[in-house]
Amino acid sequence: MKKASEEKTVVAVAGQPNSGKSTIFNLLTGARQHVANYPGVTVEKKTGSYRFKGERFELVDLPGTYSLTSYSLEERIARDFLLHEKPALVVDIVDASNLERNLYLTFQLSEMGIPLVIDLNMMDIAERRGLEIDVEELSRRLGAKVVPTVGNRGKGKKELYEAIRETSKDKTRFTPIHIDYGKSIEPILNELEQKLSEDKNLSSHYQPRWLAIKLMENDSEVRKLIDKHSEKGNILSLLKSKRDWFISQYGDAPEKVIAERRYLTASGIAEATVKRKKEVLWTLSDRIDQIVCHRFSGPVILAVIIYLLYKLSIGYGWKLTNYTWPLLASFRDLIASVLPAEGFIHDPFLRAMPLWVINGIIAVLNYVPIFLILFTLIAILEDTGYMARMAFILDRIFRYFGLHGQSTLPLILGGVYVGGCAIPGVMACRGIKCERSRMATIMTVPLMNCMAKVPLYVLLISIFFAEHKGFAMFFIATITIIIALSVAKILNLTVLRKREMAPFVMEMPAYHLPTVQGVLRRCLERTWLFVRKVITIIIAVAIIVYFLISFPGLSKERDAYYGNQASEIRQIFFKEIGDENPYAGTLSGAGFEEFSIYWDDYKKAGIAAKGDEEKEAIDKKFRERNPEFFKIVKSEDKEAAKVNRAYKKLERKRKQLRMEKREETIQGSLLGRTGYFMEPFTRFAGFNWRVNIALLSSFAAKESSVATLGSIYQTEEIGEEKMLEERIKEKEKGWNPLHALAIMLFMAMYPPCIPTLIMVRLEAGSTKWMLFAGIYPIVLGLMFAILVFTGGNLLGLSGLQAMIAFYILAIAVTTVMGLIKRKPKME
Amino acid sequence: MTLDEMKPGQECRILKVNIGGATGQRLLDMGFIPGTKVRVIRNAPLVDPVEFNVRGYHVSLRHSEAKGVEVELQ
Repeated sequence: MKKASEEKTVVAVAGQPNSGKSTIFNLLTGARQHVANYPGVTVEKKTGSYRFKGERFELVDLPGTYSLTSYSLEERIARDFLLHEKPALVVDIVDASNLERNLYLTFQLSEMGIPLVIDLNMMDIAERRGLEIDVEELSRRLGAKVVPTVGNRGKGKKELYEAIRETSKDKTRFTPIHIDYGKSIEPILNELEQKLSEDKNLSSHYQPRWLAIKLMENDSEVRKLIDKHSEKGNILSLLKSKRDWFISQYGDAPEKVIAERRYLTASGIAEATVKRKKEVLWTLSDRIDQIVCHRFSGPVILAVIIYLLYKLSIGYGWKLTNYTWPLLASFRDLIASVLPAEGFIHDPFLRAMPLWVINGIIAVLNYVPIFLILFTLIAILEDTGYMARMAFILDRIFRYFGLHGQSTLPLILGGVYVGGCAIPGVMACRGIKCERSRMATIMTVPLMNCMAKVPLYVLLISIFFAEHKGFAMFFIATITIIIALSVAKILNLTVLRKREMAPFVMEMPAYHLPTVQGVLRRCLERTWLFVRKVITIIIAVAIIVYFLISFPGLSKERDAYYGNQASEIRQIFFKEIGDENPYAGTLSGAGFEEFSIYWDDYKKAGIAAKGDEEKEAIDKKFRERNPEFFKIVKSEDKEAAKVNRAYKKLERKRKQLRMEKREETIQGSLLGRTGYFMEPFTRFAGFNWRVNIALLSSFAAKESSVATLGSIYQTEEIGEEKMLEERIKEKEKGWNPLHALAIMLFMAMYPPCIPTLIMVRLEAGSTKWMLFAGIYPIVLGLMFAILVFTGGNLLGLSGLQAMIAFYILAIAVTTVMGLIKRKPKME
Repeated sequence: MTLDEMKPGQECRILKVNIGGATGQRLLDMGFIPGTKVRVIRNAPLVDPVEFNVRGYHVSLRHSEAKGVEVELQ
């Protein structure tokens, strides 16, 4: 008995897009789901399981497809699963309000010979449209159990469980449908079937009639299958002569006749089983579309939705990070507190390294609130059916550049204007049905202006384009999409040339109210995917980058120099407070270290504290911890105040020294040397070694570019962020706006951050593409930088003139690119 | 005439699908079968693509795809 319950019945869930397949899948499996990819491809494979009457069922969600040909990846995956994994049964989700088209797939599933249970879903919509379906009759005609359901309200769940169990137990409840393909084809099908049946190897694995039909449809994958399994291709030569004969006889390809007969059968069944109680001419969906897809109001609504998407996710998401960041920071502090303590100017490796990694992780986790909001909104847009409208409205523009209407969302998320994020952008590419456009979109989304690029723009614009801030910001915000379109087209014409293209035949599904559960589930799934993928890899990458910026480290002499400097600072401190100072005793020897920690702890506690009450509590705690130190911290008497002042001075000097030391380490590191090494070349782009280092090290995190520049342009005063503009101006006296423009353009084309690269690898399906996505922007960015800097200097252009010239050039190139015709479609 | 020449509001009947390959197959799969009635719902704001009503559901095609469908006006 126990053994029987451990065996599981594998059930495939098939259905056309928009049939409510995922809702039913969720309904049946509940929370016990596992998301992975089908082997070797980027199509999501969801599995889930449930128990019913003591038996275990494992459900596999097949990609939603309209048919089962070999033309699209999804169809091939669905078909291969059915052919090779041999599930015990298939649940076919059928949209009751759209019976004919859905039956077209049902027939193909049935012909494969795997027992079928039909879930007649969205019964409520069918009813609203005045359709009454005779379920008994439908079941009789299809030779399979038919269960009416309303997925999003959980109606029919029990019955579906029961039908699955029954059919899996008793296969005679299912009879494969036998469609009459007509006088012209049936004799050929019979002959082929006969021949195929003789081949025992083939016919034991596959239904001969199904093979015969697919062969007559000229299905390339099935031909390969035959080639592999049968001898000497005599079946294929028979097929060729039959197909040729057919075409010459009837002047039409057999696949057309086959599709025709399927639809004829579907209409016949629909006519016999569906009663139209009332004629609904204008559905609610139609009325909504009159506004949403309208020539004028359509684009306006689209713009409003995009604006809201930005505002709610990135705008409010950022605000939300104000609340989540302290949590992450306290997590880091918690880790920091168990690691070896901070040294005076030198941190032990076992502290520096783990903290570096943790900083990398929490920097990424900081985006989670934004992603939660973003993924919720995307799920809502997807579930309502608005995505198809978005693609409908903008397809015309994108397709000039080898992109697709469905590229809209990824590019918007990446930051078509300013302040997006490439990670959800790349993840959203999954929805693009055309393989070539999908790849082109994945590759160009990282060129958009993500949030992390913005600080550097703002910094440089406020220094070098102060008088034309508005225009400069507009320039940098719009130039990226202009360039991205050209890049997409070039990729289309070159590396992606051989990729599969899908015809643009896009269903415009009826609008639906999304369910809370469905939306939340998808949002969490995607966020989790991101967190899981990124965290694991970021650790490895962070370690590598750490070594790149810290090794080989300082020479002995320089190390000793910093050591001397450190003790000098300490001596000055003790000299300043004087020997007679009553606190000098407590601070000597180990007391000094202890006091440093005490000082830091008190500072931290003070920052975290809210309100006077909390502050008082903290004061009390610290007074108890060490009353002497507390007096110093609070400057409670004259002598204590003196110590306090001296210590503050020491702290400032110490920080300065640490900064200098770190800077020197970076400059001498592998990364820093690369920066120097590249200067002769990058000079043409106007980058000196300082900029090189800043740009190189921001590869780990772009948002740090400003911070890195900050530390490199460090002068006597520390920590004055707003002074950075002045500092750069001071140190780079020779700089003009052309330098700034070159850097800005390079940053605009900056290679994707590591989490994005990880997502590119996941979505594009290969490391090769990930490397490509990382390298081509560098080449492009350098080209542009050299063009504006060297070109601008040669022509004697001002920064603004160069900016305008570059903009015009980019628009011209993009226009030309848009006009290049695509190669005629493969027939 | 071909489907891409139809104006919004017009209704027609499919005579033949003239393109093969993936596009032809997809059109067939979606129910663009000789004899089927098609109603043109609307053009996109930039004219292309076009939305049709076929067999009780809505689908949009680019002109380049619609050109492959031969129709007669109803």
